[in-house]
Amino acid sequence: MHFLHRHRGLVPYLLLAPGLAWLALFFLVPMYYLGYTSLQTGDLFSGYAFSWAWENYSDAFSLYRGHFARSLQYAGLATLFALLISYPLAYWIAFRGGRWKNLLLLLVIAPFFVTYLIRTLAWKTILADQGFVLDVLRTLHLVGEDGRLLATTTAVVAGITYNYLPFMALPLYVSLEQVDRRLVEAAEDLYASGTKAFLRVTLPLSVPGIFAGTLLTFIPAAGDFINAELLGTPRQQMIGNVIQSRFKEVADYPQAAALSFVLIAGLLVAVLAYTRAVGSERATQGTVA
Amino acid sequence: MSTSAANPGLRAQPRDDGSRPAPAVSDVRLERVTKRFDDVVAVDDLSLEIEHGSFFALLGPSGCGKTTTLRMIGGFEEPTAGTIFLGEQDVTGLPPYKRDVNTVFQSYALFPHLSIFENVAFGLRRRGAPRGEIGRRVGEALELVALGGLEKRKPRQLSGGQQQRVALARALVNRPRVLLLDEPLGALDLKLRKQMQLELKGIQNEVAVTFVHVTHDQEEAMTMADRIAVMNEGRVEQLGSPSELYERPRTAFVAGFLGVSNLLPGTVSGDAAVRLDGGGEVRVTPDALAGRTGRVALGIRPEKIRLGGDEANVLEGVVEERSYIGVATQYIVATPAGLVTVYSQNSEPSAAAAAVGSRMSLNWPPEATFVVDTTQEVPK
Ligand SMILES: Nc1ncnc2c1ncn2[C@@H]1O[C@H](COP(=O)(O)OP(=O)(O)O)[C@@H](O)[C@H]1O
Ligand SMILES: [Mg+2]
Repeated sequence: MHFLHRHRGLVPYLLLAPGLAWLALFFLVPMYYLGYTSLQTGDLFSGYAFSWAWENYSDAFSLYRGHFARSLQYAGLATLFALLISYPLAYWIAFRGGRWKNLLLLLVIAPFFVTYLIRTLAWKTILADQGFVLDVLRTLHLVGEDGRLLATTTAVVAGITYNYLPFMALPLYVSLEQVDRRLVEAAEDLYASGTKAFLRVTLPLSVPGIFAGTLLTFIPAAGDFINAELLGTPRQQMIGNVIQSRFKEVADYPQAAALSFVLIAGLLVAVLAYTRAVGSERATQGTVA
Repeated sequence: MSTSAANPGLRAQPRDDGSRPAPAVSDVRLERVTKRFDDVVAVDDLSLEIEHGSFFALLGPSGCGKTTTLRMIGGFEEPTAGTIFLGEQDVTGLPPYKRDVNTVFQSYALFPHLSIFENVAFGLRRRGAPRGEIGRRVGEALELVALGGLEKRKPRQLSGGQQQRVALARALVNRPRVLLLDEPLGALDLKLRKQMQLELKGIQNEVAVTFVHVTHDQEEAMTMADRIAVMNEGRVEQLGSPSELYERPRTAFVAGFLGVSNLLPGTVSGDAAVRLDGGGEVRVTPDALAGRTGRVALGIRPEKIRLGGDEANVLEGVVEERSYIGVATQYIVATPAGLVTVYSQNSEPSAAAAAVGSRMSLNWPPEATFVVDTTQEVPK
């Protein structure tokens, strides 16, 4: 205790230490090994050796460019749909939920009580060729007689959207809940109709929620492989599927590591650009004056 | 605050469309308006007329329905019954954004994501004012509230008093028919509040817009308003100029809410006289009696009572308490009619003489006497 009294300046660092140690152990060390592995050559039988094998990276771009593009596209679409579905939902709960708020929020996160895999398998049943959803769509002639839902891009994007929806809905709810209702009244007092008041006041004040929600949805969605695996075909394979099969099936660890590295770096650049575009102040600041 | 010649646009009285009604027409009229929240009657069959260009105060204790009344004029609450007019127009069912009224909210409600300029420009933009005009009018409005040069700041970078001025500028820049203010000075400290009272009054004179000012502070209402409606339990108890309300309160509630008064129970004993319960007859003006008969309460303000003299009304008593309060000395005098509070100006040397236990002769003229129905503040 005497030591701490005499060196008060050290206290913040001591408090930070466990977190930093955790990060070092479980983030930096694995990242180092990932980078190290990505520059190796060899196979499971003859072993792997470090050889500055940059071709793993050039292969990542030349052979798997399509998978990367598809991942970004699917993740982008799923994020967009999740936003379009969640915003009205979160808005309604925050502004009109009244005493049902907590129950409604519980319902939003209810799917989390079931494991990811089971949830996605359930979707497989729902979208199946004999499933009732397809039956209804066929009866309404929205889908042709030989049309399918399962094993399509639609199914994969829908699955991702569904699985990550709560990650979008919760931050949106939090930021909308914080919007001071009196500001909306002030806007209406200043000749803004309900729509205008929403566009000029509520929407801008919910930007931090939109920002957090899109990041929390997009980043994991871009690395997802379960939905493509269970709801798609090889033509819907995302980069996550490639990494998974390189790693587990072919035991091409160096290639899998290089692909992972490219994905991480790509996402990092995308997030930085996005933060820049939104404006870091608006993205993170609270909505209260 | 600048009341210099820098802002001809806001000071100019004629409206853009020249539709300003003749001064005789009231700007706001409430006709038998009632507002119920579930089982609470917030506003109870209230009728009110607010003259064009006046500084009107809604005064009353917390919970008496002032805010609800203001919100119904602004369009944020719809009356359960009754009609609201702005000028000639029935606006009862109109949403806020279709009413030619602006509000200075109690919490200011400045938009935190917008600059001061954009806050003030908000209403003009919604109405599609041309760019050049927006710049000019926002500048004038900020000049009016002495905040020129702060256009680029965000609300959270301003002090409470400055935010209050921005809220005022944001409302006034639209040149509304009526400006509604809900306890606008409530969050300011005493010194700033006193200063802002005078500034607000000055601004109102300058822009000649009808102000409807809600407050629970009787001194604030008296300082600022031309006319005051004293509210109690959702109804208007009395409406009048500050001096009318002070000199001639019609109910015990009004007499007690605006300053200190002595209320002595008695019975009407003539067309200009009341016999006090403790004996002795007091002369009043027929006007003050207003045709009342039977049991009444007689009211006298403490500072209207003289110690000795030859006024028409005399009450003998014994000094029970004496306290020095600077400009005056306060006596509590036991009389046959009850305890009477007297303020004696310390400019009079005689005042210093009366000690506790000494006899005193209280004098006051009939014109300084008012009559109310009962000593009870809230009639049953
Ligand atoms: N939205 C509301 N829901 C229920 N009761 C309300 C609401 N607004 C006001 N009231 C009630 O109406 C009465 C008058 O309130 P208010 O107009 O705010 O009074 P004041 O502004 O004079 O303090 C109070 O009893 C208050 O509790
Ligand atoms: Mg109030």
